[in-house]
Amino acid sequence: MPFNEQWIAFNTILFKEIRRFTRIWIQTLLPPAITMALYFVIFGHLIGRQIGSMSGFSYSEFVAPGLIMMAVITNAYANVSSSFFSAKFQRSVDEILVSPTPNYIIVLGYVMGGVARGLTVGLIVTLLALTFTKLSVSHGFITFSVIFLTATLFSLAGFINSVYAKSFDDISIIPTFVLTPLTYLGGVFYSINLLPDFWQGVSLLNPILHMVNAFRYGILGVTDTSLTLAFASLLIGVAILFWLSLVVVEKAKGLRS
Amino acid sequence: MVAALSIRDLRKSYANQFEALKGISLDVNQGDFFALLGPNGAGKSTTIGIISSLVRKTSGTINIFDVDIDQHFSAAKKFLGVVPQEFNFNLFEKVEDILIQQAGYYGLPAKVARPRVEYYLGKLDLLDKRQTPARMLSGGMKRRLMIARALVHQPKLLILDEPTAGVDIELRRGMWEFLREINDAGTTIILTTHYLEEAENLCRQIAIIDRGEIIQNTSVKQLLQQLNKETFIFDSAYFSRLPDLPGFTCRLIDDHSIEVDVIKGQSLNQVFQLLNEQQITITSMRNKSNRLEELFVSLVQANKQGMHHAV
Repeated sequence: MPFNEQWIAFNTILFKEIRRFTRIWIQTLLPPAITMALYFVIFGHLIGRQIGSMSGFSYSEFVAPGLIMMAVITNAYANVSSSFFSAKFQRSVDEILVSPTPNYIIVLGYVMGGVARGLTVGLIVTLLALTFTKLSVSHGFITFSVIFLTATLFSLAGFINSVYAKSFDDISIIPTFVLTPLTYLGGVFYSINLLPDFWQGVSLLNPILHMVNAFRYGILGVTDTSLTLAFASLLIGVAILFWLSLVVVEKAKGLRS
Repeated sequence: MVAALSIRDLRKSYANQFEALKGISLDVNQGDFFALLGPNGAGKSTTIGIISSLVRKTSGTINIFDVDIDQHFSAAKKFLGVVPQEFNFNLFEKVEDILIQQAGYYGLPAKVARPRVEYYLGKLDLLDKRQTPARMLSGGMKRRLMIARALVHQPKLLILDEPTAGVDIELRRGMWEFLREINDAGTTIILTTHYLEEAENLCRQIAIIDRGEIIQNTSVKQLLQQLNKETFIFDSAYFSRLPDLPGFTCRLIDDHSIEVDVIKGQSLNQVFQLLNEQQITITSMRNKSNRLEELFVSLVQANKQGMHHAV
């Protein structure tokens, strides 16, 4: 398939995904806005006033980048896992599988659809955050590249999950039992400097901690972890999950018998 | 002439050792209207699944217009349009969006796709449903939507897996007319169906697959010549008794109808002559069942008993 045709196929999948999550905005865009508004009211405003400053910033300012990142991670993951599983469940995925569209375009199309939803929700949460606290971007390139790579990484993870899922329950297991604990323990609400040494060491094994801190560095200019490690883990993670996605599209029994 | 589809020694075994295809070979000529028949579980859908890359083959080769589907995946797929047995579109999408997206997967921009979408929706009587979500369509409309979807990239080879299942007779005839029209325009068509009347009406070539093997592959005309016996039903105002028809096996169905077996070498003229001699007026006559159906059942039964000879 020539490059221009691949580009059309990629855009077809991407815009189909964007149309899907905007058409059902009550299920996709509104809930994270309400949840994050509640976090800002309760943690940022009410409890935050009692906490005082953290890493030299008001608690509202400190918590805002983490909450944006949390929304991006969960929505990027959820978009691809639910959309691709639904296509698999209805067998509408066959429309693409019988076409000349190469596998890597299928993966990229769905993943960029997830990134689009992650970034849209991230923007909504940022606008909400601005009504509670002041935020400015200290390092624009780092801010954007971290959030883009994180959304890509979790979209890829959601894609792999959906290929292997056999029921709708299977696509909620990873978000419930893996993503939520890792995100809550990933430095969204606190600096790991508050933890004893042992737990600081354990926390450093959590990849989400590095992503949240790198993003916080982009916004506030402070971080608890190494930026190099954050970028390295993001780039390596994206490369590995992209390769795995290509393998599962080609080999998985859920798609081709 | 390059074959539209050429299958060589195609095999498919599943993990549980079930052999769905036992090395089938098949050629479909360009421009043909080809029927692939077989009982449930014979291997028809597996064959179509492998051609369309939804099922992985164990071994064998497939060429579409001389392009190997393994070596030139993308080029081979552009030639192919598939209408599957089950509805497999997103039920929440609008009819028009489903077709434009399908065109996009083949690299066609929306501005090229739109007039084609309009044309095929018009041809398949779905134009007024273009903005309707697919879930709101009736069963027959959903079938026609799948045909339009398979045609939007204008394939040279169209495979339809039971396209008229559950479609009422009027719509079915309309679909036959449309399929004939696109076949006349040059599209090679392969059809699987359980309505053997459909295969007899539409197709010129026929292959019968049973238990993963091709047991017949010939023209419909030649296949029907293998039929040794046909049963006809004769209707009259009143049959007081079973007429005397020497040389023919006949049965009285009721006061108005008899059925007569006519074997190869006998003619209907003889039956009419004998009935005339007995002053019996025949008001109508018909085949008891579709000729191809009789032959199909005989062939499959013979294959079941391990006898591959004709009836």
